[in-house]
Amino acid sequence: MTLHIDSERCQGHGRCYDLAPDLFGDDDEGFGKVLGDGVVPASLEREARLAVANCPERAIALDEES
Amino acid sequence: MTVDDRFARDFRETGADEPLGTRNEIITGPVSDWTTDFSHLEPQWAADPYLIQDDLRQHCPIAHTDRFGGGWLPTRYEDVAAVAYDTERFSSRSIIMGNFRPPREVAPIGGSPPISSDPPFHHDARKLLLPAFTKTAVARQEPATRAFCDALIDGFEARDVVDAAHDYAQHIPMRVIADMLGFPPEDGPRFREFVENTLEGVNLPPDERIARMTRLFDYLLAQVHDHLDNPRADLTTYLINAELYGRKLEADHVAGTMALLLIAGIDTTWSAIGASLWHLAGNPEDRRRLVADPSLLPTAMEELLRAYAPVTMARLVKGDMHWHGADMKADDWILLSFPAANRDPAQFEQASEVVIDREINRHAAFGLGIHRCVGSHLARMELRVALEVWLERIPEFSLADPAAVTWSAGQIRGPRSLPLRIG
Repeated sequence: MTLHIDSERCQGHGRCYDLAPDLFGDDDEGFGKVLGDGVVPASLEREARLAVANCPERAIALDEES
Repeated sequence: MTVDDRFARDFRETGADEPLGTRNEIITGPVSDWTTDFSHLEPQWAADPYLIQDDLRQHCPIAHTDRFGGGWLPTRYEDVAAVAYDTERFSSRSIIMGNFRPPREVAPIGGSPPISSDPPFHHDARKLLLPAFTKTAVARQEPATRAFCDALIDGFEARDVVDAAHDYAQHIPMRVIADMLGFPPEDGPRFREFVENTLEGVNLPPDERIARMTRLFDYLLAQVHDHLDNPRADLTTYLINAELYGRKLEADHVAGTMALLLIAGIDTTWSAIGASLWHLAGNPEDRRRLVADPSLLPTAMEELLRAYAPVTMARLVKGDMHWHGADMKADDWILLSFPAANRDPAQFEQASEVVIDREINRHAAFGLGIHRCVGSHLARMELRVALEVWLERIPEFSLADPAAVTWSAGQIRGPRSLPLRIG
């Protein structure tokens, strides 16, 4: 399971790094970024899904296959 | 030291050949029919806009008015989002729906960049501000904000009834933004006047409105001069020195952005803090739950922001078009109601109820698209700290007189008088 942020859609609301700080961080302008390689450990699946479901811009994709 | 001649003369002196914008007849008084005559400045709207918006969403999802020279009010989430994302057809050259439209020539910069700007200029003007308003940057204001909230509550002393809007909520964002801009903290009461003039004085006669805006820009110009003489590490000095396209910002860009930060930073957050306390005062089960479990606050806060989103924006239609069933004309207003979007049952389950532990909450309180509130991280910090301190110090409180609660009219909605019985 892998997370991606669509940087065209992200506007820096920061819901992802508020809700899942182990999976997301912010850049110098407050836009969200996926930490590391974006692979979600099983223990953080709930946080990953929360971040996806709360992004106001629908900018986060969770690829279940990878 | 060379004098910065951008500010040597009054930057507002314009040539006689510059376009002046257009004014329309001011129409006030009771609304006859909300589908054809809406106004966000009448007492019925201020008292409860949600009933009106819910009814419109069901029967006339894009309402119209001939007031303000003509405008539209979308109430479905889907339509509000579509307007927010469509900067090709909807301009931000004015974002306060009133009786004056600035000339088209002010686009794409507008009077208070970047909120008044359209692409492509918007991106560059916004980029200048973003680093100062990241979650990390605003965290530096948190200790002072917390100490200030504590000091305000210390000031309640032995009173058993306090006005949480007047004696608490309003002071917090005033102090924070004054610190960030480097303005004297004791000027707070003047900021309140500027805010009310800009956002609630929309239907005043033009001369009066211009005179009041002049007082705001006189004040800002005095602050600029003080910062030119005594540069310091704050946003005013930052804006004076900031560069865009290889040169320093125009004087009216500097002043317009200062005005934006001052006005937009104050009664928005003041309203969010006040509305949250109002809800908790009237819903003891939610209040007790938060007092017992402070870790619920970040989730609860998002729900309070959804249900009582303080900010409504506006756009101007760029050209005549048939849009989602409405025959829009060039320069019609769009009243862009994020509060209405946030209560759309097509987007949210139990949309009209406050569900204090709602986990899935894709609300639009800070807008959508390129104009996402630049101060959203600051606002969330202030709201969280204000509620944390209040709930810790005053876990027991209730509405002292529900009928005495008053709400602001216009595009920013929050309690302006909120008597609470404490202790």
